[in-house]
Amino acid sequence: MKLDAKIPEGPMAEKWTNHKFKVKLVNPANKRKHKVIVVGSGLAGASASATMSELGYKVDCFTYSDSPRRAHSIAAQGGINAAKNYPNDGDSVFRLFYDTVKGGDFRSREANVHRLAECSNLIIDHCVAQGIPFAREYGGHLDNRSFGGAQVSRTFYARGQTGQQLLLGAYGALSKEIKKGGVTMYTREEVIDIVVIDGVARGIISRNLVTGELSRHEADAVVLATGGYGNVFFLSTNAMNCNASAAWRAYKKGAAFANPCYTQIHPTCIPVHGEYQSKLTLMSESLRNDGRIWVPKAKDDQRPANQIPEDERDYYLERKYPAFGNLVPRDLASRNAKMVCDEGRGVGPTGNAVYLDFAEAIERLGRDNIEAKYGNLFEMYNRITDEDPYTTPMMIYPAVHYTMGGLWVDYNLMTSLPGLYAIGECNFSDHGANRLGASALMQGLADGYFVIPNTINDYLASNNLPTVGTDHEAFAEAEKAAQDKLDKLLAVNGNRTVDDFHKELGHLLWENCGMARSEKGLKEALEKIPKIREEFWKNVNVPGSADDLNQALEKANRVADFMEFAELMVKDALERAESCGGHFREESQTEEGEALRKDDEFCYVGAWEFQGLENEPVLHKEALEFEEVKLSQRSYK
Amino acid sequence: MSEKINLKLKVWRQNRGEAGRFEDYEANGIDTDASFLEMLDVVNEEITLGGGEPIAFEHDCREGICGCCGSLVNGKTHGSHERTTLCQLHMRHFKDGETVVIEPFRATAFPVIKDLIVDRSGLDQIIAEGGYVSVKTGNAPEASTTPIKKEMAEASMDAAQCIGCGACVAACPNGAAMLFTAAKVSQYALLPQGHPERTQRVLGMVNKMDELGFGNCSNEYECAVACPKGIDVKNIARLNREFVKASLTSEK
Repeated sequence: MKLDAKIPEGPMAEKWTNHKFKVKLVNPANKRKHKVIVVGSGLAGASASATMSELGYKVDCFTYSDSPRRAHSIAAQGGINAAKNYPNDGDSVFRLFYDTVKGGDFRSREANVHRLAECSNLIIDHCVAQGIPFAREYGGHLDNRSFGGAQVSRTFYARGQTGQQLLLGAYGALSKEIKKGGVTMYTREEVIDIVVIDGVARGIISRNLVTGELSRHEADAVVLATGGYGNVFFLSTNAMNCNASAAWRAYKKGAAFANPCYTQIHPTCIPVHGEYQSKLTLMSESLRNDGRIWVPKAKDDQRPANQIPEDERDYYLERKYPAFGNLVPRDLASRNAKMVCDEGRGVGPTGNAVYLDFAEAIERLGRDNIEAKYGNLFEMYNRITDEDPYTTPMMIYPAVHYTMGGLWVDYNLMTSLPGLYAIGECNFSDHGANRLGASALMQGLADGYFVIPNTINDYLASNNLPTVGTDHEAFAEAEKAAQDKLDKLLAVNGNRTVDDFHKELGHLLWENCGMARSEKGLKEALEKIPKIREEFWKNVNVPGSADDLNQALEKANRVADFMEFAELMVKDALERAESCGGHFREESQTEEGEALRKDDEFCYVGAWEFQGLENEPVLHKEALEFEEVKLSQRSYK
Repeated sequence: MSEKINLKLKVWRQNRGEAGRFEDYEANGIDTDASFLEMLDVVNEEITLGGGEPIAFEHDCREGICGCCGSLVNGKTHGSHERTTLCQLHMRHFKDGETVVIEPFRATAFPVIKDLIVDRSGLDQIIAEGGYVSVKTGNAPEASTTPIKKEMAEASMDAAQCIGCGACVAACPNGAAMLFTAAKVSQYALLPQGHPERTQRVLGMVNKMDELGFGNCSNEYECAVACPKGIDVKNIARLNREFVKASLTSEK
């Protein structure tokens, strides 16, 4: 395998424009002869399906949910970035590009990030035209707020439900195309394998989640928009059904997997409170605009927050990073929360929490103002914890939230398996080792509305793909393998539930491959994961049958993939013996205990190639070059 | 502080194409900080280890926004706590020893698929008839071109919050989807972007609603009480006005 990023020639600001001119086009009358399969109906999948259908392609879109409107993009709270510079505070496409490259700790591809920043403004234009009720000022113009890692206000928002509104916009566009007949929507259909014929992706095998029936679907290209793999940790802010399976099957069919160790641990989530807990809930990062983060100065201080006097509190982010204060990027906020808790200064029943305090903001702006800005978030917090954040500081702790790693893609968003594309969170491309807040929605929609509809033409126009027919042996083999695996899971009939195994795996990863990692811990995890996997296949209990709606079987099939994926993730973490972005490598720190990035050794994208489960995967390194944003240690002081 | 409680459950079990029935389960040692769905997780773990088949229920985000979850709990959609989805209902609202009856949403247009899972695809079909602004990618003018009154944007957002869970349909004695449809029609009726298509939007969506077997509105207001997002019943009045206006002015 040879990785070619296909970055266009020319100055950074002109690459995308030039590239759009250079790609081959499919003439309008021929577009309807091409079928594209899109897997997933979140922001990236729905926007890509709708836009490709508008262009004239035939699109089949698949989701395991009962409706395309359920995808987890819907849960994004805070907002979406764009370089509109409406507040006149010095923003520009270049600044958004610069902040994103720097925020990603110099581990992303400059050309992709620049294109993302260029598309950002088009997204806002399009979403406003769709009738998305973004927040407005009294004059009727669009309002902006600020987010971590930026010193300008460039985040557009719809209360604390920006993801919901943007997803419903994309779902509307998708519905319009379904009605027109351009998109065929498959709901409650889970894609369980990618079919490769003559070295190119030509279709998928899917399972109907109501009847259990497997079916074969052929296409000229397959686009994965299947989100991230955060649920490998069991506890994360992801929705319960989020999984890595489609991406993992693609990897096993020849698509390289890039930077799997890059996971983002979001700083402001409701802390873990019990064994029965099924997921973690995020409190929007926008809360850090007005909330002040602190812990007691003394260790093991058991007093309630309101009895700790001002001079016995440590507002550690404001103290250590005066320029950015509570608005440092997510990785710094998370790592510092862990540090103070590890020092024994954490609060709450478990000691694994820090305060996010609004008392000062309420005094300054008034309760009404705070309620208007964050009312729904405060209500959600109150519902879950039974505490009132207007009078008692919130307690928060970092949690797994987003995965920057994903399928390796070139500039066209095509994976190393020809004909297979990956868009949105499921690719690795734009966020490097750390994603800035309000950039996930931007990337999902940039990829779906503006990038893939332009780049996929080039592949479809340059390749004369013969019809293969779903009775081709490659389809039959993939279907049989899928069926065999389901039957095997049902046949184990052991003594432990799927969740029980998933929790064990997740806990191991959180401890050994979470916010802080060490060579010793990673090696230990590498020894344990195959043992957990082995026991899973000997002792898992999956009730029910394969020809019925069977949620335990769906979960087991996904967890079986996590069991394999986890190993690659830990291998990648072990290989990357530097601290960067979302992760802190204990052996690589400065004298003050700050993260030490090692550009001489690790300034590359680590893309893994599958060699069969029994063999070690091969690591390919795509060197990263920085022409516009000079490589430097990040400083937010 | 959290404590542990024990509950008796009566849960609706139904296989595809068969008649359903209630079955009894015990939920023991449930932490009052757990969510209702986490309580069901605990029960399902026990059922599985006991050789049974776990209770099927729809869920995904578990933070009250995806709209997947929803069941009748003691006869109430999403339980009796106001403005809450089932995943955000916590066990501290239940009493130790209480019997809890759990059923799927009941509505003609929502056939049961299995246990607590119903088919709500009718809601997608209603949206497909015009629950959007038909703008192709690339057509949009610069976002700041048209200022929109803040009050209008806010009112539109109030309506746009609908999560499509279907509680309004299940709570309505007629099984109507009026609040659901009204929310979408209102979102666009309140914004200039929605105006070019307002006639065909309301006619198309209302006709589809009727065609799919959703009932009529008889002003019971149960929908607004059941709505986890607090969507106001005034939106139904707006839907009716839009519908009358459209019926009178439509050239078709």
